[in-house]
Amino acid sequence: MKLLNTLLAGAALAIGLGGMAHAEDKTKVGFVYVGPVGDFGWSYEHDQGRQAVEKAFGDKVETVFVESVPEGADSERVMTQMALDGADLIFTTSFGYMDPTINVAAKFPNVKFEHATGYKRAENVSTYSARFYEGRTVIGHIAGHMTETNTIGYIASFPIPEVIRGINSAYLAAKKVNPDVKMKIVWVYTWFDPGKEADAASALIDQGADIIMQHTDSPAAMTIAEEKGIYAFGQASDMKQFGPNARLSSIIDDWAPYYIARTKAVMDGTWVSTDTWDGIKPGMVEIGEFSDKIPADVQASATAIKEALEAGTMHSFTGPLNKQDGTAWLAEGETADDGTLAGMNFYVEGVEGEIPN
Amino acid sequence: MDISAVALIASLIVAATPILLAAIGELVVEKAGVLNLGVEGMMIIGAVVGFIAAVNTQSAFVGFVAGALAGGALSFLFAILTQYLLSNQVASGLALTLFGLGLAALLGHGYTGIKPPASPKMEFFGLSELPVLGPTVFHHDLMVYFSITLVAGVWAFLKFTRAGLVLRAVGENHDAAHALGYKVVRIRVAAILFGGACAGLGGAYLSLIRVPQWTEGMTAGAGWIALAIVVFASWKPWRIILGAYLFGGVTILQLNLQAIGVDIPVSYLSMAPYLVTIVVLVIMSADRARASLNAPASLGRIFHASN
Amino acid sequence: MIKLIPRNQPSKSMIALTPLIAVLLTMLVGGALFVALGKDPFAAIRMIFWDPLFGEHAFYYRGQILIKAAPLIIIALGLSFGFRAGIWNIGAEGQFIMGAICGGAVGLAAYPSDSWLLYPAMVLAGALGGMLWGLIPAFLKIRFNANEILVSLMLVYVAVNFLSGMVTGPLRNPDGFNFPESRAFQSFSAAHNPEIWAGTGIHIGVLVMLGLVVGCYVMLTRHIFGFNIRLAGQAPRAARFAGISPNRMIMICLGLSGALAGMAGLFEVTGPAGKLSTTFPLGYGFTAIIVAFLGRLHPVGIFLAGLLLAVTYVGGDIIQSQLSLPKASIQVFQGMLLFFLLAVDVLVMYRIQLLQRRVR
Repeated sequence: MKLLNTLLAGAALAIGLGGMAHAEDKTKVGFVYVGPVGDFGWSYEHDQGRQAVEKAFGDKVETVFVESVPEGADSERVMTQMALDGADLIFTTSFGYMDPTINVAAKFPNVKFEHATGYKRAENVSTYSARFYEGRTVIGHIAGHMTETNTIGYIASFPIPEVIRGINSAYLAAKKVNPDVKMKIVWVYTWFDPGKEADAASALIDQGADIIMQHTDSPAAMTIAEEKGIYAFGQASDMKQFGPNARLSSIIDDWAPYYIARTKAVMDGTWVSTDTWDGIKPGMVEIGEFSDKIPADVQASATAIKEALEAGTMHSFTGPLNKQDGTAWLAEGETADDGTLAGMNFYVEGVEGEIPN
Repeated sequence: MDISAVALIASLIVAATPILLAAIGELVVEKAGVLNLGVEGMMIIGAVVGFIAAVNTQSAFVGFVAGALAGGALSFLFAILTQYLLSNQVASGLALTLFGLGLAALLGHGYTGIKPPASPKMEFFGLSELPVLGPTVFHHDLMVYFSITLVAGVWAFLKFTRAGLVLRAVGENHDAAHALGYKVVRIRVAAILFGGACAGLGGAYLSLIRVPQWTEGMTAGAGWIALAIVVFASWKPWRIILGAYLFGGVTILQLNLQAIGVDIPVSYLSMAPYLVTIVVLVIMSADRARASLNAPASLGRIFHASN
Repeated sequence: MIKLIPRNQPSKSMIALTPLIAVLLTMLVGGALFVALGKDPFAAIRMIFWDPLFGEHAFYYRGQILIKAAPLIIIALGLSFGFRAGIWNIGAEGQFIMGAICGGAVGLAAYPSDSWLLYPAMVLAGALGGMLWGLIPAFLKIRFNANEILVSLMLVYVAVNFLSGMVTGPLRNPDGFNFPESRAFQSFSAAHNPEIWAGTGIHIGVLVMLGLVVGCYVMLTRHIFGFNIRLAGQAPRAARFAGISPNRMIMICLGLSGALAGMAGLFEVTGPAGKLSTTFPLGYGFTAIIVAFLGRLHPVGIFLAGLLLAVTYVGGDIIQSQLSLPKASIQVFQGMLLFFLLAVDVLVMYRIQLLQRRVR
């Protein structure tokens, strides 16, 4: 039991972790990813953001990252380890890291934390997310024009507000240009499982969908769409190489501007805790290049929508809108407030099926 | 609107082929009295090596061969551990899965985001154009037909050949087989290698045809399903096909039901095949006389010739 | 030619030496791997084995090692009894999950109770849940002769799907925006398993683990049950003559390992994991099987093996962030370690004899 004694003795030292982070000349930025950086979706784009930070600041910055970190105790350890090793700023890039981020941040008041997609903040914890639904308005518009079977297939991950928001937004935009459009939704209960995503795409195609949208992370659905000769949209990253013919456009998460700005703020000592929810305008959500399969007039109208969203003259959820059950939600001209959007747990009128629970 | 049965069957055949290949290999391994729990690890190694080979040679065929070789090579590690160094099979199999998942991710690091060369579909002189039968039976890639041929081959091998009889004898009672002069260890190593190659082939099917791309952890539990299918099939080759289509079919059916808007409890439906497998196992085992016809008696036991 | 000659007694010196040989072999081959990846092998190996225990931030990592090791050791201790008696429960992962669900459900049902009785009730429910899940293969084995390896394995996947049904349904956090996870146990202290001393990583589960190591040691070496187990494993016929009912043995071993796995699951969700979710099971139930074997099914050995594996987990994260090595490299390294440990184990029970080729 000698080893145990050593362990316990060492453990006693551990009280009072705060202020352990030692300052260096270089600004050290840590990134914690939930998936492999090679997922070509969510974690991949965050890593692109990390590389942009390195490129922007060169010698003045040092970045570290750990991939495929399970949510829970492991993520808490990885964050603590980064803080102990002198990180000045740590980006934690999955909703499930919310409580661990808050816990670790409490122990390291001098280290700044940035948690993606969460809602808990602290003096040294900011949150950030992107208004992906704005992008879905643009691709929904394109899909509404392009579908011949009037059926759009939607691969959904979990019935959380973010995903439901995306479904509603895409549906409304498609419906506006194509009143007959239907949306078929398949819930796969995973963010990343290429085999299952591929099966889901096949199932939707078998059921008549000729355009696939997805809210999962792998490009599997795109490859299936290419093989079956139908259309799809890139999700999180452009995914063009997976479906040169199938890909109509894409919603790209571009974290680079935000990551560079926040790193700069830490360097300048101007960092304060904020809640950022950016859309197309600051470039956090990008619309990928349009395929030449899209007719010129549709390209033009889609560009107009994008520009209107960017200028703030248009909102993805503008009344009159009813909820699925027919009750009124937004009056003529009224736009949805962020609170409702953040907690969205209902379909808009016209979407078929029920939100699973 | 109802589900198109034709489309459903065509998709489930594709979804079932990787697990079918892995399961028929594991069946032979278990028939020889060895329990290799490393199927998942061998599959994913097959997936990544097959993918790398196919991309570099631009030939899906080379990819499948490489996948099978890689699965076999990994299973050889298991064979050394369990047959020569007499390690516990359960622990060695689990270690194989861990090692395989890690090694595959390492090997595949530069291969994400690439498309593999296409595998041509078979065209049977117009038969593929037939209604119903065309898309379900006559319009698949070569591997689908190969996997079914393989099942037939294993069935014939176990049932009609002398070598198959010896293999079953080794799995039934290795001491008796040894006393009769059969090379127990050598036969088992051969069976393990066959199982590894089949698992590797199944993995390659996943990365070259079903998904088709390479991503880390892409087997997502398929190897464990293959183990379940062997039990479900009560170690009978033909039933492997049934089992694979059942397990593959439940996923496909579930997704299709959702697509037509039927509200179904996904998790409870997904656990159904495993429950069915347990029921099959219980029914089969309850009758001891029949059980002895199927389940290899020496399954998982270590053999060491005492002289 | 090499020939293995069985030893009459397990070699005492080899029991102590083989883990060292295996670790050295792993360092050698693993070092070559790191060289191939273009990294300094000495730095990498130091970061994996040395830094978590004695490096600059070891005061923190030591606690983390205990957090990682506790569930592995608790589960492996339970499994070791069955493995000794030739009863193969490989479904500990499922029992771990069911324990977490049952115990967690009790806690969540009582929200926001602050009764001090709540946590003991949860632990009990967790142990019971795991035990019942473990008793299913036991019952099917006794009544229908169904192979417990396969049944317990199938039940893992039933449990995984059941968990996903629970956290997207009845146990989902009502204030959690539909995310597939339960309320955080941190949010009401009566159901929380916190660090007892801040920074040490020691939570109730770690203390229970330490108690169990001692308890199992006493039971195995000093108690009639331990003797019976060993007898049943080594000489089943003799055991039967000694009046040990094999059926009772099956019930006890599977029930016991299930209960311990269930308890470990409850400690995990209420403590380090923090909540029930589809992502909380990290495969501890499977890794524990390897831990049980590495520890030679002996409580002290299991304790050390669990710590060793935990060190490589913590060290693995260190090399990832400090050397920018992909996660996969540490998995490969761990896989090698397991292979070498299993491979050199042969030296405990067998002697190696080099045979000279005889002239015919």
